[in-house]
This record gives sequence, structure tokens and C-alpha cells, in this order.
Amino acid sequence: MTTATTTPATPARMSFSHTVKDTLVITRRNLLRNIRLPQLLIFATVQPIMFLLLFNYVFGGAIGLAIPPAAGGNYLNWLVPGLLIQVAAFGAGQTALGLTEDLSNGVIDRFRSLPMARSAVLAGRTLSDLVRNAFVIGLMVTVGFLLGFRYQTSFLGLIAGLAVAGIFAYGLSWVMALIGLAVKNPEAAQSAVFLPVFPLVFASSVFVPTQTMPSWLQAFADNQPITITTNAIRGLVLGQGALPAGDTVAGQVTLALAWAIGILIVFAPLAVRAYRRATG
Amino acid sequence: MNHPIVRAEHVVKTFGETKALDDVSLSFEPGIIYGLLGPNGAGKTTLIRILTTLIRPDSGSAWVDGVDVLDDPRTARTHMGLAGQFAAVDDYLTGRENVEMVGRLYNLSAAEARRRATEVLDRIDLNGAADRTVRTYSGGMRRRLDLAASMVGRPRVLFLDEPTTGIDPRSRVDIWDLIRDLVDDGTTILMTTQYLDEADQLAARIGVIDHGHLIAEGTPEELKDRLGGSVVEVIVPDPDRETTVALLSKINEHAATFDAASKRITLPAPRGAETLMATARSLDGAGITPNDITLRRPTLDDVFLAYTGKSVEEEPSTSTSKRRRRRGQ
Repeated sequence: MTTATTTPATPARMSFSHTVKDTLVITRRNLLRNIRLPQLLIFATVQPIMFLLLFNYVFGGAIGLAIPPAAGGNYLNWLVPGLLIQVAAFGAGQTALGLTEDLSNGVIDRFRSLPMARSAVLAGRTLSDLVRNAFVIGLMVTVGFLLGFRYQTSFLGLIAGLAVAGIFAYGLSWVMALIGLAVKNPEAAQSAVFLPVFPLVFASSVFVPTQTMPSWLQAFADNQPITITTNAIRGLVLGQGALPAGDTVAGQVTLALAWAIGILIVFAPLAVRAYRRATG
Repeated sequence: MNHPIVRAEHVVKTFGETKALDDVSLSFEPGIIYGLLGPNGAGKTTLIRILTTLIRPDSGSAWVDGVDVLDDPRTARTHMGLAGQFAAVDDYLTGRENVEMVGRLYNLSAAEARRRATEVLDRIDLNGAADRTVRTYSGGMRRRLDLAASMVGRPRVLFLDEPTTGIDPRSRVDIWDLIRDLVDDGTTILMTTQYLDEADQLAARIGVIDHGHLIAEGTPEELKDRLGGSVVEVIVPDPDRETTVALLSKINEHAATFDAASKRITLPAPRGAETLMATARSLDGAGITPNDITLRRPTLDDVFLAYTGKSVEEEPSTSTSKRRRRRGQ
């Protein structure tokens, strides 16, 4: 390969290592963008912290009465695990925005004309968004700690909870990739990504226990992936007592992982297919 | 002629109701610049997108450097580079990072990509800006960087889609020089343009495309000679226009055409001065006094006018690709 002068160096078949290399090249490019464009990161971090402050200080007093005792009598302990998922879900929307920007700038055309692995653009995009999301989630927890958030189980439980949030965010990134490739333009993507995210985040146990919701809404809220993932994280961070009666931590975590992997299995191929068809 | 390096046969592509390409066939030999000339929406970009494997035609075949782009797009991509209509460079990466990234995606090793990036960056002359982020670049610099990225993998064929559209005249000349250099080094280039002087200056062969049809092909000189070597150009007062077009069309086997933009009536004049005299007599006999009457060498605009009945640069913008945000201007 080092002697490549006139003969092209790429074989027709993509090897696995070739795909990994291409994915890492794209990941690095997307991450550099995050570092060079500080506004991206500032808005990505300011928003969740604002949510944290608003919900804790505005609603905390009222909602605090309704939360289970496992939260240690502190709404913040209940809120932080939920906000991790809210942050992950909103952050995943960036996948759609990044892709639509690349589409409208002709960058995707260039990538598609190169002898690179077809899956690398999406894999690199979702991977760099996972890294960014992990950073924002980490920052959230740190701010939470400063405000008085304390895990009630163990440090390992907290780490496991963060991992579940990360895996869920990764699955969701592929849904967002599909949305981005379908709407194609950055302005439309901006609002399109919130369409599924808003109802799922608010009609869930992220901010309040679902018991106070009307029964029809509660039936939906209790069985949708955001509630299940939120409960799994609360179980890991706060312990069994934070879960609705009858649920176990292991059961909720298994269910949450099943959702994340299920979403990935369904949406990754759909997104790759949409990418192949996207003609910009 | 050598084996053709780019070959398209009976390519048809329809978008909804619009036939973007209607049975287009072309081929040309290695080592030249082939200029695809036509107004916006003529089908130039569509043909480039098919040849660079971005979209598939409804029917027809295409080969680049002997590789069937429909059967084996992966291999075909290793033989080509593309610089699209809008500089596809990343604003938040430096010029060098942009080029290195594309080198890596051509499957060069990290060291080789670095070396090649330095080589091509030296060549495009960014005046020491290679390590600044692209967002600080002028429109011309972005285009040159885009060209650098497209050649980093040493492709045998470069596809350049309107490489100078929307940039200032000075940068335009820089890009022309760069394109000439590339061809001197053995790269083959297929470029589209809506500028006649650009095609005239650069292209060894020209394909004139309009409404999805390749309507004329040849060297710039051949195309002009086909009009008969000379053109008679007449300007008359508006009320006499129709009569004049009719009169002139009877002078030889060619039809006279009126170009609304320049108000000129032109007639191909293979017999030169003789046709000029015939034109003058004919107008005199009808009592029409022209404001101006000249005999001159044909331009590519006359070629376009003769084949399509309209001037190449007056077509309204209809190309779908123009939806994209224009950047770096």
C-alpha cells in the first residue's frame, strides 16, 4: 500500500478491518467538529443542566412528596437518573442533524463516491454521537453531585446505570439517523426529531412517577421504552425500592437492554438502506 | 484512439415526469479534458452522478477506466475522484485534515495519506493556510481544497461538476491552471460547465447537452467549423426582425436564429464574404436597413444557438441540485 502510485490500493471487497478503519476516520472527523464548534457542546450541555435546575427547584418541592422513599427523601436523587435518559434521547437527535448537514453540503456525495465502506458514514456518525452523549451524561451527573445528588446503591451501580443510558442512546441514534435521511434537510430535521422524543420523554417516569397519570396514559407510559430504561437506571442507582411494586432491578435492566438492542436491530438496517438510497 | 477511459451507452434517467437524460452515449480517450457544456437543468450533473456511482440510471451502461460502474461500483470508485458542485469540505477541519481524511478513505495508510496531503496542498497553493480551519477560507480556496481532496487518492479519472461556478474571476484562472496541470500529469478529466469560454479554454473535446440530449460533440474547432467557419451577425430594428430571420434563412442551407438576450440574428456562413454580400443585398431589396452587420468566426455560443435555438447562458435555473445551499461565495 505504501507503494501505491498509479494502481489503486483498494480491493473490491471490503474487509472488516477496512470498515473499522473507515468508521474510525469518520468518527474522528465528527468529534473534531464538536471540539472546534464549541457552541455545539455548550448548547448540548446547557440545556440538560437547565432542565436539571428547573425541575429540581421548580417542581421538586411538589413532586418530592410523591416519590418513593428509596430516593432518600430527595427529588434530585429521583430526577438525575431520569434526566440521563432525557439527555440521551434529546442528544440522539444530533445524529439526524449532523447527517442532514452532511447531505446538504455535498459531503455525503463525496463519501459515496469514495472506495470506502458504505456503513462507515452511519457507524461513524452514531459512534461519535455516543461519545458526545457520554460526555454530556457524565457532565450532568457531575453537576447533579454538586447539587446534592447521591446514589443509594454503589458506585458500580451508578456506572452500570450510565452504561444502560449510553446503550439506549446509541440505539436511539439509529432511529434519528433514519429520520434525518428521510427528511434530508437540516431545518426540517430540527423539528422532526422532537416529534417522537417529546411525548415519549414526558409520558414516562422520567420526571414523575406514572401512578398519578390517568389510567390510559399510565398504561402507555409504563410499557414504553423510555420508562422501562429510566426504571432500570433508577433500580441500578437507587435500588429495588425505587421501582414500581413487583418489578426487579435485573428484570428491568434485561428489558431495557432488550429494547435498546431491538431498536438497533430494526433501525440500523433501515437507516443503512435509507443511506444507500439517499441521493441528496 | 486508445480504449475509451469513460464510456456511457444509451443512458436514460427519469426523475418523476422529467427525462433528465434521454439516451445519452459518449466516450473519450484518456489524458484529455472532456467538457460537458449545457445550461442549468440540461442533465450534466445527472450524468456525473451516474458515472460516479451516486445514482443508477433507469437503463443504459457506463464504464470508467474499463470498470462497469453499475456492476462493480466499488472497484470503479477506486479509479475516480469527484469534486461536486459545492465544495464538499468540512468547515471545522483544517485544510490538511480534510485532505488527509479523504486520503484515508481512499485506503491510504496514515503515513501515505499525510505525505500525499502535503503534496497536493503544496500544489493548490493555499498560501500557508493549510493548517487553518476551512471556515476562514475564501470561496476560491475552498474550491481548490475540494479539488485537492478529489485528487489525493491519485484517481485515473476526475469528475468536476462546474468547478468554477460562483467564484471570482481571479480564482477561476487559478483553478483552470490547476486543471491543466492535472491533465499534464496524465489524469483524465470530465468537467461540466455552463461557461463557453471555460469549455473553449480547457476542453480538448466538448459534448453539448440540452434537455437530456447530447446534441453535438467534437473538438471546439470541429464544432465551430461545422457552422461553416464563419457567421453573419445582423442587428435590425425590432419591427423588421421576423422578416429578416425569414429572409436570411433563404440565403443558404442553414436557418437564421434570433437571440433575444443580445438582439442579434445569426446565420452560419460557410461561404464567408459571399454570404455577407447576399445578406446585404437581400436586406436592401426588402428595404431593411440594419443597425449592424458583421462577419466573424463562430463562438461556442453560436454552436449552442445553432443546435438548440437558444443561448447557453440565458436558461433559467431549473436544476434540482441548485436547491442546495450555496456556500463559500
